[in-house]
Amino acid sequence: MAKPASNVSRQLSNFGAWIDERIPVSSFWKAHISEYYAPKNFNFFYFFGSLAMLVLVLQILTGIFLTMHYKPSAAEAFASVEYIMRDVEWGWLIRYMHSTGASFFFIVVYLHMFRGLMYGSYKSPRELVWVLGVFIYLVLMAEAFMGYVLPWGQMSYWGAQVIISLFGAIPVVGDTLVEWIRGDFFVSDATLNRFFALHVIAVPLALLLLVVLHLAALHEVGSNNPDGIEVKKKKDEKGRPLDGIPFHPYYTIKDIFGVGVFLTLFAFVIFYAPEFGGLFLEPDNFNPADPLVTPEHIVPVWYFTPYYAILRAVPDKLAGVILMGLAIVVLFLLPWLDRSKVKSIRYKGLGSKILLAVFAITFIRLGMLGMGEGTHAQTIESRIWTFAYFAFFILMPFVTKYEKTRPEPERVTK
Amino acid sequence: MIRIAFSIAFLAASSLAWPAGGGEDLEQAGSNVHNLASVQRGAAMFMNYCHSCHSAQYMRYQRLARDLELTDEQVSENLVFGNREMTDYMLAAMPDDSERWFGKKPPDLTLTSRSRGEDWIYSFLKGFYLTEEGWNNTVLANASMPNVLWELQGIQRPVMETWTDESGEEHTRIAELEIDQPGLLTPAEYDQSLRDLVAFMTYLGEPAVLKRESMGVWVLLFLVVFTFLAWLLYKEYWRDIKK
Repeated sequence: MAKPASNVSRQLSNFGAWIDERIPVSSFWKAHISEYYAPKNFNFFYFFGSLAMLVLVLQILTGIFLTMHYKPSAAEAFASVEYIMRDVEWGWLIRYMHSTGASFFFIVVYLHMFRGLMYGSYKSPRELVWVLGVFIYLVLMAEAFMGYVLPWGQMSYWGAQVIISLFGAIPVVGDTLVEWIRGDFFVSDATLNRFFALHVIAVPLALLLLVVLHLAALHEVGSNNPDGIEVKKKKDEKGRPLDGIPFHPYYTIKDIFGVGVFLTLFAFVIFYAPEFGGLFLEPDNFNPADPLVTPEHIVPVWYFTPYYAILRAVPDKLAGVILMGLAIVVLFLLPWLDRSKVKSIRYKGLGSKILLAVFAITFIRLGMLGMGEGTHAQTIESRIWTFAYFAFFILMPFVTKYEKTRPEPERVTK
Repeated sequence: MIRIAFSIAFLAASSLAWPAGGGEDLEQAGSNVHNLASVQRGAAMFMNYCHSCHSAQYMRYQRLARDLELTDEQVSENLVFGNREMTDYMLAAMPDDSERWFGKKPPDLTLTSRSRGEDWIYSFLKGFYLTEEGWNNTVLANASMPNVLWELQGIQRPVMETWTDESGEEHTRIAELEIDQPGLLTPAEYDQSLRDLVAFMTYLGEPAVLKRESMGVWVLLFLVVFTFLAWLLYKEYWRDIKK
């Protein structure tokens, strides 16, 4: 009775062996999925890595379908987006998935980065995981910025105008550089065309490569955890970490649950609040780009506003651009600014806890100020928070070196 | 500890004043895009009063007919002007040199509900008043558009009041608008017909709005069930980890 089935399964396993002799499928699966041991005490904040991957895939898939109908020309771009929204079957859904996906990408990435800050995931031996992650963040910002230009609405156009002109603050080469980026004397068809090329192929390729490197570096050193201790130090007789569990099936099933929660929230926004009160799709971007009419308030999308607030806090343009650049570059240095004996905030002293809490408030508040109209009072307040932003990084080496830490546990806690 | 710190951070940040500037004082439109009869009445009003000068260049007559459950005949007889086809985009009947008449080309209205908002359109169309200098508007000062709905609304004239600012200087401003010459509709009827028009323009700005909200229920229902099953499976697998 069982003969035909076993025959099939024998042939399948033969086929599997044939493949494995030629390409290392099963050893790869073992090393990275079924026998990749992850600490068993991951909490809520550990969902956001896999969710970031999910959003990346969603953005690529919806992006492919948008590309089939979108026209990258100044004369046609705006109308082609409306064509997608009206005449393309399910076009509105694909477009909303993509536009909402952009904002959710940043929500997920910001929480993912905050997790790293809390549990010291950037500390040795994971410095390169962090550094590669900051590169991903930088590239993601470029990707989002250029994608926002494509609908060719008023905010697309004038946002591009403002951001590109920032490069003009660089002495000597500034003006030439701006012209080179735009491919014209002003933001125009040429600019839109090249941004399209960069947005759909060049930058996504860089993003994918960086994600692969980010994961390769992570799997080389192993995942950190909320206790910030190395699970690899305590192993059983078979060489498996005592506090580690195989990524599959334990974290695959847990992440599927996380995906379910995420998609529920995601779908809610897509179907009931795709503009999200003007935060995800700005009202002024429903007006076609008009080089002759400057909008009253040019404000970037919410995920850039913390840096925009820093830029506006400085009266001098060049100094503002430098400070804004520094605000991002300083993230690269984090692994070497933290001199604490322990990784996780759980065992760091009160000083580190206050620093991190203030930093979180600072980032949110700067984001809110960056959305404002830039009144005098807002500028003054932005200066205070800009100071607080940099204070986090400047104070960190001293606080982490001299504060009293609690002893780390031998094994992971609940 | 972290949870506490995180929630404190969030609370502190959210309790601070939101710096974005407030909008003008607009009246709430209170229109309902899901009321088909209202949207249909609004469509008729749009065609009669707006569409001769304003285009809706991203919208096709045919799509309108289907979504509003009108027959092609109804649309082509009552709504489509002149020699237009059902599959054409909704372009205004007005010739291209209209710029000379108003100083400004009448703007396209396809997306006005999304760029300006429902309340803005409603308040704008309620805010026309006549002075010796001609038509003006409380929402958009010195608008180039005259009150094309005057025969419905009647003619409003401003009632002025004086007020003193902090430095003791006196200014005049419009206290309210009052109907000087009644129109075909009572103020209540006029408000309702504006609500119909705004409902139609909301639809015009985003035809998908009719579909997405009814479809969203099913998508969310599916995802909630899926998530619940995934949670059960997760609990089952993790029983031996969390002893």
